[in-house]
Amino acid sequence: MSAGTVSPGNSSTPGKVHRRLGDRAFSGLATAAGVTILVVLAGVAAFLVSEAWPAITAPVADLPDGKNLVHYIWPLVFGTLLSSTIAIIIAVPMAIAVALFTSHIAPKPIAMSVSYLVDLLAAIPSIIYGIWGIAVLGPASVPATQWLADHFGFIPLFDGPASTTGRTMLVAGIVLALMILPIISAVAREVFQQTPKGLQESALALGATRWEMIRMVVMPFGRSAVVAGSMLGLGRALGETMAVTIILSVSGVISFDLISSENPSTIAANIALQFPESSGIDVNVLVTTGLVLFAITLAVNMAARTIISRREAAGGR
Amino acid sequence: MAGSTVSVPLGDGSGVLPRRAALIVFGVSALASAILSLALGLSPFVWLIFTGLFSLLTITVWSLAVEGRRRALDRVMTVVIVDIFILALVPLGSLIYTVVKEGTARFDGEFLTSTMRGVLADGGGALHAAMGTFIITAFATLAAVPVGVMAAIYLVEYGKGRLKRAITFFVDVMMGIPSIVAGLFAFALFSIFLGPGIRLGIMGSVALMVLMIPIVIRSAEEMLRVVPDSLREASFALGVPKWITVLRVVLPTALAGIVTGVMLSIARVIGETAPLLITTGSVDSMNLDPFNGRMANLPVYVYEQYKFPGVPPEAYIERAWAGALLLIIIVMVLFLAARLIARRYGVEIRR
Repeated sequence: MSAGTVSPGNSSTPGKVHRRLGDRAFSGLATAAGVTILVVLAGVAAFLVSEAWPAITAPVADLPDGKNLVHYIWPLVFGTLLSSTIAIIIAVPMAIAVALFTSHIAPKPIAMSVSYLVDLLAAIPSIIYGIWGIAVLGPASVPATQWLADHFGFIPLFDGPASTTGRTMLVAGIVLALMILPIISAVAREVFQQTPKGLQESALALGATRWEMIRMVVMPFGRSAVVAGSMLGLGRALGETMAVTIILSVSGVISFDLISSENPSTIAANIALQFPESSGIDVNVLVTTGLVLFAITLAVNMAARTIISRREAAGGR
Repeated sequence: MAGSTVSVPLGDGSGVLPRRAALIVFGVSALASAILSLALGLSPFVWLIFTGLFSLLTITVWSLAVEGRRRALDRVMTVVIVDIFILALVPLGSLIYTVVKEGTARFDGEFLTSTMRGVLADGGGALHAAMGTFIITAFATLAAVPVGVMAAIYLVEYGKGRLKRAITFFVDVMMGIPSIVAGLFAFALFSIFLGPGIRLGIMGSVALMVLMIPIVIRSAEEMLRVVPDSLREASFALGVPKWITVLRVVLPTALAGIVTGVMLSIARVIGETAPLLITTGSVDSMNLDPFNGRMANLPVYVYEQYKFPGVPPEAYIERAWAGALLLIIIVMVLFLAARLIARRYGVEIRR
């Protein structure tokens, strides 16, 4: 039952006009606040477009390096997708395991406090992830990437030569994975806990082990939510700026090589690096790349939300 | 085994491991790999990985031998899940350890009480950045909380039809706006009216506000929804108009939860670097006026000290870590305070 269905007894006596005035003013105010959200979002899109417009309409010769806008943006889109893909590949299985641990494996009191620790991961500012990545994880990754380059160099991903500083796409992807892990696992944990008790107990009563019960009851029940949660995480990874900015040493190449010191930049990192030094048309070009990022994340997030709301409409909760 | 005629549904093996099998295996593996790591002089991280692999191997072999394939798989998956969980917490531990270790070197009185004005190498502090962060976040909060709470009231108490559905959907979409895009928006908004190259503290507040509003709405909405309808009905039955019911009955009931949500949302945006990097700029001396000139703030301070160190670089890197430590302390305090309020007033936090 939603609260919206309750309404006050409206025995409108003529002398109580001021009351109804108050009611109308207050509901107007609340509605205005709600509409503000739509206005702000429309404003974000409108102002970005208006600042990007000069770059979109400018002749190619005026653009940075005299390059076509598409040629400027494409390597950045590539880098953005590559780093986010690595992050998703690492984060999703881990997030599912973490969610299962808190929902089905750990004893109740432990589960409560550890889920709190996972939430803490989400609260740590991205800049701190960035400097941790470059100071600790990067150097720690060097022997591993060197080994990968030596033994699996025939795979394009590990083509090498391995970076000696650890400022690689792989490290950036791992750090991104850590940052989106809590988002995905929070969504997954929620639905795993909502799996109907009756179904779980029936599976156990039929002789299933706990893992078989998880695989045959809990996972199918939570699948669409895990997909949606992963897409929310993907949206975050696509737009994440500082960790990538500070870790990668970028050189604008398009390369699948994850462990070398030459890496493609991402849209967000490129804006953060170039913006403070830019002026004139360069700023407009950067805003255009931001607009592209906005469009990509918008599409991903809307898809995720559609999956979640369809699930809720189907009585998923 | 040979004489047994009872068919066990669980499979080929008929035995069962002792109740504490998992703990025993973990303990033995931890010990064994500790000895191995000490002998070979390996790092604690390698020790953890060895423990995980050892325990996985032992439990597999043991359970396969005694219990059969299906139970063994169950045990293996349990160990895999626990191992992955621990693996996920290792970076958190390492990160906090590193920040505390590196940050304490310069986390002193001078760091907390002085600015970077005229500082060429050693010394200097982050007072100007801390004040900037405080002011920028305060303005963002002042704008985001009323709008967010009122919008939540609309969604829960008044909203219906297509407008409500549209707002709900777009709040979710807004939640996914990349922080750098919020920064670009603030920049575009101000640069159209005040000219290109503008940098102000308040621009940072606008960017943070865009990021904060959906978080505040989501949590406030959740809290308003759990206020029992019977409270509203009792108030209506006494002839109280709806708006006074909302202000005097519903809001106070949900207040603790809303405050918790607001604090968590502040904790979420206070460390945002990207939007501030492109809107507030950075400056070495104190500026307390968000409407005039560049304004330093902690996240950008950490970024610039670390990314663009001068000579000697150590002084800059140490300041960056000290700034990171200060930032983490602020976030943790907000986080813990929110939890305390939540526990004190019995609020259930869902994210």
